[in-house]
Amino acid sequence: MSEEIKITTPLDESIVLKLKAGDSVKITGNIYTGRDAAHKRLYELIEEGKDLPFSLEGQIIYYVGPAPAKPGYACGPAGPTTSYRMDPYTTALLEKGLKGMIGKGLRSKEVIESMKKNKAVYFAAVGGAAALIAKTIKKSEVIAYSDLGAEAIHRYYVEDFPAIVCIDAYGNNLYKSEPPKYRKEL
Amino acid sequence: MRKIEAREISEKVKNLFLEANFNIGKDVLEALEKALEKEESKVGKDALKMIIDNNRLASTEKLAICQDTGLAVLFIEVGQEACIINGNYVEAINKGVEAAYQEGYLRKSVVDDPVFDRKNTKTNTPAFIYTDIIPGDRIKITVLPKGFGSENMSGLAMLTAAHGAKGIMDFIVDTVRKAGPNPCPPTIVGVGIGGTADKAMVIAKKATARPIGEYNANPKYAQMEKETLERINKLGIGPAGLGGNTTSLAVHIDYLPTHIAGMPVAVNICCHAARHASGEI
Repeated sequence: MSEEIKITTPLDESIVLKLKAGDSVKITGNIYTGRDAAHKRLYELIEEGKDLPFSLEGQIIYYVGPAPAKPGYACGPAGPTTSYRMDPYTTALLEKGLKGMIGKGLRSKEVIESMKKNKAVYFAAVGGAAALIAKTIKKSEVIAYSDLGAEAIHRYYVEDFPAIVCIDAYGNNLYKSEPPKYRKEL
Repeated sequence: MRKIEAREISEKVKNLFLEANFNIGKDVLEALEKALEKEESKVGKDALKMIIDNNRLASTEKLAICQDTGLAVLFIEVGQEACIINGNYVEAINKGVEAAYQEGYLRKSVVDDPVFDRKNTKTNTPAFIYTDIIPGDRIKITVLPKGFGSENMSGLAMLTAAHGAKGIMDFIVDTVRKAGPNPCPPTIVGVGIGGTADKAMVIAKKATARPIGEYNANPKYAQMEKETLERINKLGIGPAGLGGNTTSLAVHIDYLPTHIAGMPVAVNICCHAARHASGEI
């Protein structure tokens, strides 16, 4: 496990290629939120050859549907949601320049292959650490699909958002490499 | 006959959902702290620390522990001598749920139609209510805000007597193995054995709310709980699924009589944000 690495968005390819599975990172800059319903809409726009509501080039999408913000808070509790539900739409987004995804849980083979091809990285955030993560979100604005409520696409400005490089652009995968080290089954 | 105002039920339901969403149980927090001491993986330890810090922060600032504040599941025991007046039982519960999710800044996570429209009901209702009629004149309410990262990892197997205790334990361990990092480990694994397919799942869900450290009163089942937990924690999945020896905090098994031809086994997993609260009217 290496030292903590500070990265800023948007990500260029040289940064992505330096990140290795197992690195702890602190992310600063703008990131975008999206989960099931927003992914479906982005995917449909790409399929139809239409413009997206924001450029994916070099960006990070955080798989999250936050709780409402209390007065005085920039954002409500906002931990990661399970990523595999976004898998059917992800390859299309990677082809459009998406460089990072933050979520939790396993990804499909297709997504990992596309990450290798398009040089992108998958970060894991700790599921359920929602109140703590929200502290690093300093600004939140809805930029598309406000009708979706918690599922709308938000732009967050984050400072030192804590995550772990889970699958790197070379296809190294912590979910595959780490558990066997602690497996004690006969 | 004891008269109970419907609005008392709404008020109680509201307060219990707020309590459950902001405050993790002492038993869960202690189990997490114990796990932190024993965890071998550095990343696992970091994840556990973050989970514990998050629970403390949520409780101090009255914030939801997890943004997935869940479907509103309730287990209610209604004394047959209790008479609910000035309102309807189910409506009173839903009113309480709506008020909690509105006032507590909790996420509304319910869609009206599972397949086609998937339109958010914006109230986090309807609640999912299991009611038992019991002797007496009290109403005992347990609320479980159930997140879906873990719910999606549920499993049901219609085993037969020939599978025995070993077959059951194999199925539980296999369900947890397949779930991997998805249900937000360390989890609490609820297991229902016997009854019917549906009833087995209901008691599995209810079992997730049993305090950690309490075992099934039947020593044979308690032994299964211990053995299964030991096997699960040898899988290596670890906190947040990033490797380690804390994959589950507890396995809670409940059982019911069943048909001569069957042995249903239901597994319902609860994430480390094991939120539940109980109260009485």
